[in-house]
Amino acid sequence: MTRKNGKLPAPYEALARKMILTILIVSFIPVFLVSLTIYFQFHGLYRQKVEDHLVEMVRKHKQQIDAFLAARAADVQFLADSFGRAQLSDETFLQGQLAALQRAYGTTFVDLGVVDAQGHQVSYAGPFKLNRADYSRAAWFKQVLAQRTVITDVFLGLRGLPHFIVATRYGQDDDTWILRATIDFESFNKLVSNIRIGTTGIAFIVNRAGEFQTTASLPAAGKGCFAGFYACDADPSKKIHVFLRPDENGQESIFVTGLLKDRNWLLVYRQQAADAFSELHRAERMSLVFFVLGGVCLLVMAFVLSRRMVTRVAQADREKELMSRQVIEAGKLAGIGELAAGVAHEINNPVAVMIEEAGWIQDLMSDGSLDTPENQAEVRRALKQIHTQGQRCKEITRNLLSFARGSDSRNRPLDVNRVIGDVFNLLGQRAKYAQVAVETRLAPNLPLLTASETEMHQVMLNLVSNALQAMDKEGGGRLTVSTALADGKVVIEVTDTGPGIPEAILPRIFDPFFTTKPVGQGTGLGLSICYGIIHNMGGQIEVESRVGQGTSFRVILPVQTVDETDGK
Amino acid sequence: MSIAKVLLVDDEKAFVEAMTRRLVKRDVAIEAAYDGQEALAKLARDSGIEVVILDVKMPGMDGIETLAEIRRQFPLVETIMLTGHATVESAIEGMKRGAFDYLMKPCDIDALLAKVSEAAAVKRRREEKIVAARVQEITSRRP
Repeated sequence: MTRKNGKLPAPYEALARKMILTILIVSFIPVFLVSLTIYFQFHGLYRQKVEDHLVEMVRKHKQQIDAFLAARAADVQFLADSFGRAQLSDETFLQGQLAALQRAYGTTFVDLGVVDAQGHQVSYAGPFKLNRADYSRAAWFKQVLAQRTVITDVFLGLRGLPHFIVATRYGQDDDTWILRATIDFESFNKLVSNIRIGTTGIAFIVNRAGEFQTTASLPAAGKGCFAGFYACDADPSKKIHVFLRPDENGQESIFVTGLLKDRNWLLVYRQQAADAFSELHRAERMSLVFFVLGGVCLLVMAFVLSRRMVTRVAQADREKELMSRQVIEAGKLAGIGELAAGVAHEINNPVAVMIEEAGWIQDLMSDGSLDTPENQAEVRRALKQIHTQGQRCKEITRNLLSFARGSDSRNRPLDVNRVIGDVFNLLGQRAKYAQVAVETRLAPNLPLLTASETEMHQVMLNLVSNALQAMDKEGGGRLTVSTALADGKVVIEVTDTGPGIPEAILPRIFDPFFTTKPVGQGTGLGLSICYGIIHNMGGQIEVESRVGQGTSFRVILPVQTVDETDGK
Repeated sequence: MSIAKVLLVDDEKAFVEAMTRRLVKRDVAIEAAYDGQEALAKLARDSGIEVVILDVKMPGMDGIETLAEIRRQFPLVETIMLTGHATVESAIEGMKRGAFDYLMKPCDIDALLAKVSEAAAVKRRREEKIVAARVQEITSRRP
């Protein structure tokens, strides 16, 4: 019974497909929604975290650099305040001070110099030969005359090396003098170049004019204000800015900027987004892998589960089919029993006549007067009567045999009208006793159906017998059986004028074992067998009933065009 | 003098004819009817009928209905029910409704004859009692 090749019949395949689809849709949609929600939430949070970290780092360094610059300016101012112009103009003393500063700060201070009001360097301490150098045209000199203390941008100057100057001014008019210190670029640069995170994170400083103040630089940096990293007219209250844009190689990068040195310099930190968010991307990749793995598991489960279920269903269907076939067989037996009782009664009448006629002949013989012509004629008449009644019995048994013959349910071409004729041959007498007037309206030239004769007999026998029983209780009525051809289908209608079927039980009449008869009198199988047979033939059975007016059963059977006459 | 006067009711004409011949030969006076209505009509016409042999299964008015009608209209007439196998229940029903007895069809002629004479005897005895009662009533009325 079990088919092991795994291939199911087409409707079950369709069912399996539908189940797989349903399982997948139902399980994937929530998983997908949850994953999406978590992904976006996590994504946003992690991004925020990374940005906050970078902002904090830039803020810290910004403060550090600002503090460094302020401390250097304070050093220079302290020197000028402490010793005055006269002492500092002494080059030996100045060299002593430079040596002291270098002891304290390493190579941060490169040289020291005192410049007079005309821009001439009066005294100088340092590695370069810059005695009497003229700074009158230098930008910082003009600046220091206007402000008291100046920290310049990085420039090459007279010595041809990148450096910047911290200068402070003292005195009035012609007494004006300036103490100038050069800050080593390398030691300053370390403050910034130490900021390195990941593999692509770099930091640099750019001034208002867009010139880089550190060794790290970008070849394709923009022109203008802060090389395009900061809009000069931007809101100054917000000190740290974060933005994303492609770097010079077209890689999407994250930029964090902070203003320095009275907003003259801009600290820029840049890192490629892929690098900055590498942890995030790794988490994303992992969750994607899990999602795909889970999806594959779901797919396999949906496939296996639905296949197993459908196999179960198919098996249950097969068992049900077998069961209903057994029910039909049981119903057939019950039907034959009923039929036999009816036939026994019908055969009883002719048998009784035959016995009485035989008895009559015996009567005559016991008188011993068979020689008289009248008695001989009487015996002949009696024998003829016995013969007639015997014929009647034969007719009845022949009718019965036409029903009992086929327990075979092979399909063959079948004339519905003949089946109805057979049924009335058998049940005509019963109709007479039940006082039912029978009317048949059979359409001539109906196409032959391809059906089992036994099964058709059973259907018609059940319907007619039900109608007769219903009307017998009512004391008679009218039974109309008609056949017709409509839309290429054969329609058989059995209409009685019995008590009708209450609407409450109408939907249940085709259920197996449903009966209104007392226990032991009806099997409740008749109509369910009819239903089964007709549906197996691809037909339909409909019922229409009105309480007090009667019931009408309509059987609609398709006409097979397939030529099966060669079955003979 | 016949054993009894009998009305034979059956829709099977051949059966009625065969029975009639055999019963007549055994000194039974026979009237025949082929359905319930006809039987009632014959009973009404002929008050001499003592026993009715009644088939249970008949088209139109069936045996039970006819029996009920006979008991109502002619209470003194005795009825013997004839039944096929399938209708034993209706024979019992008939007994409950006042039939004298029942017989399975086809039946042995001698058994039938015995039942008929029995029924006729019962009927006659009852009639005699009624007559006697009447006579007593009439005589006792005298002062």
